[in-house]
Amino acid sequence: MAGSVHLIDRRLNGGNKSATNRQRFIRRYKEQLKRAVGDMVDKRSITDIDGGGEVNLPARDISEPSFRHGAGGNRETVHPGNREFSPGDTIQRPQGGGGGGGGSEAGEGESTDSFVFTLSREEFLNIFFDDLELPHLVRNYLGAVQQKKMVRAGYVVEGSPTNLSVPRTMKSSLGRRVALSAPIRRELEVALAALAEARARPVPADADEVARLEARVAEIEARLKRVPFLDDLDLRYRHRVSVPQPVARAVMFCLMDVSASMDERKKDVAKRFFTLLYLFLSRKYEKVEIVFVRHTDNAEEVDENTFFHDPKSGGTVVLSALELMHEIQAERFPVGQWNIYAAQASDGDAFGSDAGKSARFLGEKIVPVCRYFAYVEIPDGQDARQSSLWVEYDTLTATARNFAMRRVCERDEIYPVFHELFKKETA
Amino acid sequence: MNGGVQVREKRLPQGPDWTFELIDEYEREIRKTAAEFGLDTYPNQIEVITSEQMLDAYASVGLPIGYPHWSFGKEFIRNEQAYRKGAQGLAYEIVINSNPCIAYLMEENSMMMQALVVAHASYGHNSFFKGNYLFKQWTAADAILDYLVFARRYVMECEERHGIGAVEEILDSCHALMSYGVDRYRRPQPLSAREEEARMAERNDYIQRQFNDLWRTVPTAGASKAGGSKRSVFPAEPEENILYFIEKHSPKLAPWQRELVRIVRKVSQYFYPQGLTKVMNEGWATFWHYTLLNRMYDKGQLEDGFMIEFLQVHTNVVTQRGFDERGYGGINPYALGFAMMRDIRRICEAPTDEDRHWFPDIAGGDWLKVLDFAMRNFKDESFIAQYLSPKLIREFRLFTVADHESKSYLEIDSIHNEEGYRRVRRLLAQHYNRDVSLPDIQVVRYERDTDRSLVLRHLIHRNRPLVSSEATEVLKHLARLWGFTVRLEAIDADGRLDHYRECTP
Repeated sequence: MAGSVHLIDRRLNGGNKSATNRQRFIRRYKEQLKRAVGDMVDKRSITDIDGGGEVNLPARDISEPSFRHGAGGNRETVHPGNREFSPGDTIQRPQGGGGGGGGSEAGEGESTDSFVFTLSREEFLNIFFDDLELPHLVRNYLGAVQQKKMVRAGYVVEGSPTNLSVPRTMKSSLGRRVALSAPIRRELEVALAALAEARARPVPADADEVARLEARVAEIEARLKRVPFLDDLDLRYRHRVSVPQPVARAVMFCLMDVSASMDERKKDVAKRFFTLLYLFLSRKYEKVEIVFVRHTDNAEEVDENTFFHDPKSGGTVVLSALELMHEIQAERFPVGQWNIYAAQASDGDAFGSDAGKSARFLGEKIVPVCRYFAYVEIPDGQDARQSSLWVEYDTLTATARNFAMRRVCERDEIYPVFHELFKKETA
Repeated sequence: MNGGVQVREKRLPQGPDWTFELIDEYEREIRKTAAEFGLDTYPNQIEVITSEQMLDAYASVGLPIGYPHWSFGKEFIRNEQAYRKGAQGLAYEIVINSNPCIAYLMEENSMMMQALVVAHASYGHNSFFKGNYLFKQWTAADAILDYLVFARRYVMECEERHGIGAVEEILDSCHALMSYGVDRYRRPQPLSAREEEARMAERNDYIQRQFNDLWRTVPTAGASKAGGSKRSVFPAEPEENILYFIEKHSPKLAPWQRELVRIVRKVSQYFYPQGLTKVMNEGWATFWHYTLLNRMYDKGQLEDGFMIEFLQVHTNVVTQRGFDERGYGGINPYALGFAMMRDIRRICEAPTDEDRHWFPDIAGGDWLKVLDFAMRNFKDESFIAQYLSPKLIREFRLFTVADHESKSYLEIDSIHNEEGYRRVRRLLAQHYNRDVSLPDIQVVRYERDTDRSLVLRHLIHRNRPLVSSEATEVLKHLARLWGFTVRLEAIDADGRLDHYRECTP
């Protein structure tokens, strides 16, 4: 019998050993998961979207095949719990191929029809946005120098004392000392040998000869000592250079028309679009701020709750919202420090010269400072005629590549439209 | 022990919460009690882990180290889901057949559960691993952990060099054939990680040298005549270890792919005895946690509260549901094994006339010796054939159902009566016979001289067909490993070709 038992606390070893295997699983079933996630988005309320969630995969897709006996043939099975059977009794054969009321193999086979799988928020969003990318144009903009970051860049021979690298300095000092003293050492060896030889002579040479050699040795040793331990030449300093960094924060303006014609259905569609955009941006940037601007015949900045749920309504002046956004942007979000995105949702109603003025203002003042501006029009129905705002905005699409507009009628069109706006550009 | 003199011993501290000192103290007492019964074990190592770590361990089929593969991820997710919903109380223990024997305790468990697991795993399973002939013969308890570390590192290196996808393909294919990667008769070489690496280096080396092999193909006078006249069948004898055959003879696999095949094969071999002794192993461990803790209670070391909690858990473990009850999932190996072990003890201690008639050898014997003998020398199939008593057949109310394709209905074949006992026992033993439950498929021909195709033979047992869709899938995997056409011939009882499937990569 062994001595004392080994009792080990492994709790701190960290779990998640299966994390790799989980990743492998997701990687393998990406296509199915994507489809499932797509379905889920259509069904769910948009506010839950970023919560991750349960995905069903058909069990047959993920089963691992093996050679095993199927139904048919002859066999006997053993079961417990007999109450009324006597030998010779007959039972109807159960339908569905299982046979024998849960025979030897049925017990270990897949008994469930689908495989339920809970995705974490991170995994969910990864799959959800998998093939989406900020448009090409915008990626270029991201490269523009906005901020700088100091990074290490080797060693230099001059710098401030705080950056002195002792190991490097000592290394070059050692090298220099070795190099400078080597010839002197060689001379010293020769001189010492001569001295020893002179002293060892059977007939003592004249004292002068020995004294001269001793003086020479002393002189060489002194020279050796003069090689400095540390020289200015040895000093090495850590070098840092500043490297431009793309700005890692973004602001997103949500502009929504809440005039009387925007009913709950339209607001819901708009909300879905905004949420998607927000989630998407928050994956691309470390920090995303949102500014909600709603407008009737005048615009105001509101908080999220008011934005989506406040029943206020009235007339429509689109320009007011654009002007307010421009003001806020100029005041709080300078172009150099923020990536600016904006999404506008409206049913397209605009009166008189409002549409024309808005389009002009948008083209001149707003689109140039934005990374991307998306306009989503939510018409009354599929076959509604083009609105005046749509017609005016449409003139911008030709010139501004970072401007896009789409019509969305129903909830379930949101994701496809979003998808189309941000799909990865090949090449 | 025999209900006689009670030796009162110091009562162990009670209470739901465990501490390391408490586990240590309980373990010491359990060890002393186990020594009273003469249990022979490997040294124990007990590790405390979180439930999440337990799920991790579960996913890799109970191995502490596994190579990465998506199917383990799937297993993990399945268990996690079940655990969250409470559908599956996380099984109580995982124990590794290694030397020292490693058992895991879950952090969330109460002190009673920890004691139960120590008794069950560290003394029950552990002594079974050390004593049972199959484990002795088939698994190198000293080397398994080293080998697993090697396998994991090797698979990950392959992934780096050849890509995750390429490695996954091979592993998928091997897993499909995993049950056919087992030697049943030969004892495998003891595993040694260092030797494995050396062998691999040699293999690479060999491949390098093959570049000169061109010379060998230069015809020499007279040789062609001899080769052409006689075409021998290869392999000379059918080979049941399909993965082994692939590893050695597949015409197309790269050396690293062969090595992956070998790794899967070795892991499969490691689990071979576990599959053959499920009932005995669990029955033995359950019997011992029950016996040990009861003995400690008799000695006055455990309180009533502890025992009530313990018995509740124990009862859950050994519940056997009837065939018509909800949640019936076949015969519960814990229930059957535990009942049989207890029954053997009963037959020794208090035999009835029936027992004397059925078990003249052991009735009235020394139960410790009889049980020890049974544990060492049997596997599920033979254990049941030998020791299942009529009393247990009555208790379980076992009956057998005949499912014959010539009849449109199922027929009750035999039940727990005088005429039925032997047949029920035989059929139940059959149920644990791997050769019957696993379709008989072997490699019979490798057409080395013609199209390099591989022919497998499926001997149809009592007309039972394969699950057709899956068989087709497995053949695809096989074709991927083989690189040329593979053909699965189904041979009926008269030795005639019934049908065949073919797959070309």
